[in-house]
Amino acid sequence: MIGTAPLLSVSNLTASVTTRRETIQAVRGIFFDIGANEAVGFVGESGCGKSVTAKALMRLSPEGASVTLGGKVGFMGQDLLARSEVEMRALRGRRIAMVFQDPMTSLNPVMSIAAQMGDMLRHHLGLSGKAARERCADLLDQVGIPDAARRLDDHPHQFSGGMRQRVMIAMAISCEPDLLIADEPTTALDVTVQAQILRLLLRLKEERGMALMLITHDFGVVAGMVDRVNVMYRGEIVEAGAIETVFAAPRHGYTRALLDAVPRLQSAGQTR
Amino acid sequence: MKAVSQESAEVTGSTAAKGSKRVTQGGVLLGIGLAMLATMLIVTIFAPFIAPFDPSATSPDSLAAASARHWLGTDSIGRDVLSRLIVGGRTTLLITITAVFIALVGGLVLGLLSGYLGGFVDDAIMRVLDVVFAFPVLLLAIAVVAALGPTVPNLILTIAIVYTPAMARVVRAPVLSVKQWDHVEAARSIGMSEFRLVLRHILPIVVSPILVATSLTLSQTIFTVTALSFLGLGPPPPDPNWGGMLSEARQFMELAPLTVIGPAAAIVFATLTFIVLANGLREVLDVGSSR
Repeated sequence: MIGTAPLLSVSNLTASVTTRRETIQAVRGIFFDIGANEAVGFVGESGCGKSVTAKALMRLSPEGASVTLGGKVGFMGQDLLARSEVEMRALRGRRIAMVFQDPMTSLNPVMSIAAQMGDMLRHHLGLSGKAARERCADLLDQVGIPDAARRLDDHPHQFSGGMRQRVMIAMAISCEPDLLIADEPTTALDVTVQAQILRLLLRLKEERGMALMLITHDFGVVAGMVDRVNVMYRGEIVEAGAIETVFAAPRHGYTRALLDAVPRLQSAGQTR
Repeated sequence: MKAVSQESAEVTGSTAAKGSKRVTQGGVLLGIGLAMLATMLIVTIFAPFIAPFDPSATSPDSLAAASARHWLGTDSIGRDVLSRLIVGGRTTLLITITAVFIALVGGLVLGLLSGYLGGFVDDAIMRVLDVVFAFPVLLLAIAVVAALGPTVPNLILTIAIVYTPAMARVVRAPVLSVKQWDHVEAARSIGMSEFRLVLRHILPIVVSPILVATSLTLSQTIFTVTALSFLGLGPPPPDPNWGGMLSEARQFMELAPLTVIGPAAAIVFATLTFIVLANGLREVLDVGSSR
């Protein structure tokens, strides 16, 4: 790693979100790097700015609000904050892809899976027709959807939550992005499915050598998944470090509070 | 072999399930509406072949009662009422359908722009439309036709202008909520352009209420068109149209009631067609209930 620039290098990123009523300083000058094929976790409570940070990397703003960004987002040698909207469009989904929180609503309910994935393949890779369908089936197969080729023309309502998240992941990796942002990818799923989805993300990251930015409020999710973790609180990164270090010796009071909030099996035994 | 027979059994099972699907009340309404529409369109399109007489040909046999020769009798200058009804439907329906189509296109463009862009654009478009919307439909239509002159293109333009604001509102309202759905943001995150986003991920979802509103607008428009013609602002004679026929026959109502009942029935039938269609569509497409 030493000597080469990391894949993503964010310095002094600020984001203020303006809604009709007020302006909120959601991200207050944060610094972090994500190297190629590295998995970095972002942990913090709701509203701490982790999702705004993720969206800022793709220059997306929440609906009904405008976001003013400051600082520098270095990605593959270019500053994303200085790019035009058209250049960003070519990059979204192609170089940086995103998996959203709620798979139940993140797919278009009136379009078939193949049509939605096909749009992306056509837009970024120029694939269409039979080639696109074969690619879709292959991708769905890779994310563990059984009988993938026959489910291409199914609509989202014909899939369960976990399966839909797999479809979302298949879409996100379809153009071989260099960075995959997973914004609370398992929050809307039940616990057994959560583990499957996390394992899938990790496996795809290893197979494809992409970087993974995993956002969650749950320390239990990042454990065993990521190399490094950033703890965010009120728009700032309050603690950053290798996952083992942060787990073993949290230095910030907020990190300690978050770790204590994770329910443990043995603590129930101890109180008895 | 065994696998194949199992699969075919599964297929027949699923088709049987589809065949025995309960026929809903909405389905029946929609069926009736479509049948009425088909009847109306066939009669209108093939009007010259179906009409027994030339609709403009006069005869000395004026204000005749119903007979085997003239099923609905004749009017004050001896023209066959049935033939005039059949051919007259062409003018009325042509104006109605063209005008509503233009209003629909205008409403779609304005409603999508307004709902999707929001902010200043939304305010500007909606305030201008509010001004048009504030006038009573008939009053506005009379004013515009009186200013431009009662020709068929002017009538179409007028009615399109009058109904565009209502269509724009019907389009705008669901767009406002659908644009906040996650799949729109997800589509944006894969690099889709705003234009394609609206066409692929918003419009298809809001299409149901638009269909229903279009059908209802058609029924109202038939009414407006015939009312304008009745008031003498319709297409000029001698070409027949339902409103004009009603107006001419009014003075001889007691002598030949069929000359009034005929066009009145035609107007009611056409209006009813689109109302039934709208209600059927509403039930079948599940408009109004949340998904």
